[in-house]
Amino acid sequence: MSLRQPPIEHSAKQTDFGGWEMPVEFDSIRAEHSAVRESVGKFDVSHMGELTVSGPDATRLMQRLTTNDVEALDSGEAQYAAITDERGVMLDDTVVYRLPEARDEQFLFIPNAGHDEQMYDRWVTYRDEWGLDAEITNRTEEYAMVAIQGPDAPELLGAETALDLDELDRFELAAGPVAGVDSLVARTGYTGEKGFEVLCPWDEAATVWDALECQPCGLGARDTLRLEKGFLLSGQDFDPEENPRNPYEARIGFAVKLDTEFVGRDALEGVDVEGPAEKLVGIVLRERGVPRHGYPVQTPDGEVIGEVTSGTMSPTLGDPIALAYLPAKYAGSEESVRVVIRDEPKKARTTTPPFLS
Amino acid sequence: MSFQVPDDCRYLDSHEWARQQNGTVRIGITGFAQDELGDVVFVELPQEGDTVTKDEDFGVIESIKAVSDLYAPVSGTVTETNDDLLDTPELVNDDPFGDGWMIEVELDDESELDELLSPAEYREQIE
Repeated sequence: MSLRQPPIEHSAKQTDFGGWEMPVEFDSIRAEHSAVRESVGKFDVSHMGELTVSGPDATRLMQRLTTNDVEALDSGEAQYAAITDERGVMLDDTVVYRLPEARDEQFLFIPNAGHDEQMYDRWVTYRDEWGLDAEITNRTEEYAMVAIQGPDAPELLGAETALDLDELDRFELAAGPVAGVDSLVARTGYTGEKGFEVLCPWDEAATVWDALECQPCGLGARDTLRLEKGFLLSGQDFDPEENPRNPYEARIGFAVKLDTEFVGRDALEGVDVEGPAEKLVGIVLRERGVPRHGYPVQTPDGEVIGEVTSGTMSPTLGDPIALAYLPAKYAGSEESVRVVIRDEPKKARTTTPPFLS
Repeated sequence: MSFQVPDDCRYLDSHEWARQQNGTVRIGITGFAQDELGDVVFVELPQEGDTVTKDEDFGVIESIKAVSDLYAPVSGTVTETNDDLLDTPELVNDDPFGDGWMIEVELDDESELDELLSPAEYREQIE
């Protein structure tokens, strides 16, 4: 199988991510990371999926396949949501955009890299099963996405668009040209900084990319930036096969609206009442070493209580940080634990993400 | 991209270098290796007096994105370690053949150096 290629040719180290050959590092993760925290950086995130949904039953279909309250969205608004199965297990997480009225399609949602075909099939299957009137289109290779993130993002992007970015609150979007290219500009991102994601036609992505002159950033910095903020990575912090988790375990209960009707709702209501047995907890190492996916987490007595889902050396804090599902009593606590790195239990303590507020 | 391959070193195909100086051999990783790893955040080294064995691992290097074993180009006894790497592991990125060195060993067998790759052979491998 050949890797899917993004629309822009990058002179960067590449990696296979979700079936795409994506830039992992342009200069150094540290330099890219601090550009975003201190000024501004750009990411080609065209590997993210884009699906549009329109028609008379579009709202109902979106409502019933995502955990958040789609009916609460006005045109030009977006929300974070999980996509769960009947057991309440997260298949993916996504951002649902209700598009500005001028657009033909009503909804756009962004599954993670490599999940677009699976989600297209899921939407079509349920639409047909429920007899709904909605048109679903997989536009993953029609739309490119360039993320501009960092405190200086409004200024940099503002110089290339006539849109009034000050009018755009977090999780709002508008349609307008960026560097002369018809785009959708959303005040969303995955870094915890001020920033925008620009959706534009695939063939014109390079024009947008080149016009926004700032530090190019790869998936390496994208990972350290999101992890400092405690954001989930689909397929790593949860995965329907490898590590099935529900939104309450993953600490995204805020994106679950039990007063709406959706696949997985009844199972999740039970979890909400009883409380999850395990929760995603932050861990900060007190010794040298880098916690990584799969490393065991133990009590000081050596009892294994979980395993690292994501970990890194935090470039901003200078501390090794990790996420792990641990028994719920560890959530909200500062307990002493151990992360086992190459057979050595390293001292660590639990904390509540985000690591960087 | 072309990397520095100093003529006064010999090389292991796993990208460690060995440089003979004042009766001992200094060991580190190459410019190519540090670039592949990216930002180095942690280096785990043996202690003075420990022995290392040619082609066997003597430590671990971690960057933000990867972890890698360090292999000894020669066998011998560790006479010194680069303690600066404890607090400033980024020296491996900044100056891999200089301040980013890792350990010095007293050789068991000088002829082992001859078994290593020459600068020309190593250069060929990374190009």
